[in-house]
Amino acid sequence: MKTDTEPILEINHVTKSFGTNTILHDVSLSIKKGEIKVIIGPSGGGKSTFLQTVNFLVMPDKGSITLAGNRVNPSDKRELCTHRRQVGMIFQDFNLFDHLTALANVEIGMIKVLGMKKKAATERAMAELDRVGLKDQANQYPAQLSGGQKQRVSIARALAMDPRVMLLDEPTSALDPELIGEVQSVIRDLGKGGMTMIMATHQIGFARSLADEIIFMEKGRIVEQGSPDELLAQGAATRTRDFCARIAEIGGE
Amino acid sequence: MIKSLLVIQQGLPYMLQGAVVNVIVVLSAMLFGFMLGLPLAVGQVYGNRFLRRIIGIYVWFFRGIPLLVFLFLFYFGLFTWLDINVSAFMVATMVLGLISSAYQSQILRGAISSLSQGQMKAARALGMSDTKAIVFIILPQAFRLSIPGWTNEYAILLKDSAVTYALGVTELMSRAHHIASRTYEHLAIYLAAGFIFLIFTYIGTKALNILHKKVTIPGCSQ
Amino acid sequence: MIMDELLYIQNDVMPALMKGTWISVLLIVPSAIFGVCMGVLSATARVYGHRVVKFAGDTYVLLFRGFPLLIQLYIWYFGLPRMGIYLSPYWASVVTFSLCSGAYQSEYIRGALLSIKQGQLAGARAIGFTQLQTVVHVVLPQALRRALPGCGNEIIYLIKYSSLAYMVTCIELTGQGKILASASFKYVEVFSIVGAVYLLLVSMATWILNSLEKRFAIPGFEQHQA
Repeated sequence: MKTDTEPILEINHVTKSFGTNTILHDVSLSIKKGEIKVIIGPSGGGKSTFLQTVNFLVMPDKGSITLAGNRVNPSDKRELCTHRRQVGMIFQDFNLFDHLTALANVEIGMIKVLGMKKKAATERAMAELDRVGLKDQANQYPAQLSGGQKQRVSIARALAMDPRVMLLDEPTSALDPELIGEVQSVIRDLGKGGMTMIMATHQIGFARSLADEIIFMEKGRIVEQGSPDELLAQGAATRTRDFCARIAEIGGE
Repeated sequence: MIKSLLVIQQGLPYMLQGAVVNVIVVLSAMLFGFMLGLPLAVGQVYGNRFLRRIIGIYVWFFRGIPLLVFLFLFYFGLFTWLDINVSAFMVATMVLGLISSAYQSQILRGAISSLSQGQMKAARALGMSDTKAIVFIILPQAFRLSIPGWTNEYAILLKDSAVTYALGVTELMSRAHHIASRTYEHLAIYLAAGFIFLIFTYIGTKALNILHKKVTIPGCSQ
Repeated sequence: MIMDELLYIQNDVMPALMKGTWISVLLIVPSAIFGVCMGVLSATARVYGHRVVKFAGDTYVLLFRGFPLLIQLYIWYFGLPRMGIYLSPYWASVVTFSLCSGAYQSEYIRGALLSIKQGQLAGARAIGFTQLQTVVHVVLPQALRRALPGCGNEIIYLIKYSSLAYMVTCIELTGQGKILASASFKYVEVFSIVGAVYLLLVSMATWILNSLEKRFAIPGFEQHQA
């Protein structure tokens, strides 16, 4: 067991370019167990790419990722899979496996990656679906679920792997407004339960109430970071506050 | 007219047996073509540039040369040259299978490419190796999407299998020709043979449609 | 030994195959043209025609797509004489290929015609086009673009299927190959060259059709090939 002062996840000097277009400039971030960090910033600012470099869905050109004191070597296939297993990921567009029921979506990682027995996996999967309030939808296929339900299944799928850290890439951006609440409340519960999370979002109010730290990212760089109160307080002359004021005008949040 | 019908009636069992040969050739060829086509499709989607290029050439080659030329080349050419004794039936199945592998690889490739990138990403994010992701996530979906393509491929192969008559495979076409040249009822017999092909195409298509309905998952078809 | 081989290929094989290739082209080009015409006619009949015409069109497509090409070839060549109609091997082949190809073309063109939205016709009517003007200026330019990839594919198939003309003794490329190879027993050599010629023909046709598609491409008309 690590002490609370030691970071569970460290991202050091990550740089990523696509062709001549540099998406991430030397980004570093570390997070302690149980902390929640929320990344906000304009679209195309590198938030999603950054989160995807953390579990190497996008291979960083430079920099390193250290999970629980162990620096990950992504060219070792086995180490890469182990790392990804320990980092849960929630996608903006859910990415549930379309050919599997909600239950099977949650089971498949446990069975095929963790090597669990079918029966034990089913039991655990049902428990996770129950946690996100979808026990009665277990046998529905993704196409038969609403957006909010899909996202909750995808959270259950990630939780079933017992991740040390969760990455949430705009988990409510693809949802109809009336469905955002149900997903937010599941994420809030996770936070209360002590889950370590890094989340990108445009929901400023949600970010503010949840985050231990807000990270403002623009043009591939971390521009500001600090507690919500510091960055968003009335009259604080921060870029973060400007940005939030602007999207509040447009989005009316 | 009466005589024509009589000839058809007498020849019918003989011709139907021939049609069964066609179906056996076609199903074996499809299976063979699938076993070759699957790795080709996966390679063409997930392989490196070099592998994709090689597979591209393979597909171009087997789609660019007529069946009849391949049949002659393999049966009278290659196997005689290598001094290997194979039956016309075997060669016919093999050649149809090789050609079909090129077409099936493209059916499967299309299906795999039509899946959203997110499926692969999500599988990787769970910690699956690429092989596991392909086997458990990508292919089960791609197969379902490929069934209409396979239905089409079956119909094409069945009709093409008539060409194997050129090697002397005793399938429906060769039997029809045999009866026609003895009875001089060419028109009636070939029309009858045509309708038998039509019926067997229909049966196979129907069966595959039923299969398609059976395995369809909501939101998992085109 | 190798010298003999090369001389054989140069003196016997190449001239004969050139002659055969020319006959193949003479089979393919008219068949492709007649095929497209048959396709346009029957597709128009099936989409816009009266019930009886529609039925005739549907039956034509069902039969000529449903029968193996070889059987159709034998019906025209061996079957028709029984009704007092005699066709030469060449003409039997051209008739067969045109009608069969037309049935396949019909499907592509029909699909393209059906894909034209009602709003396009309403738009044409709104600016005062007659029915004929609507067809010529709105329907066909859109439908032909949509049908082009499928129709092109069908022509590629036609090139390969033209080899079946040999089965009714129309001595084209494959036929010349067979005659040469039967005499010399050099099947591998001869049919490798025959295959290469077909690959060349198919690749050339593909290239031409792709350039045509590019030439006529309009944003929003990108077609996913089935």
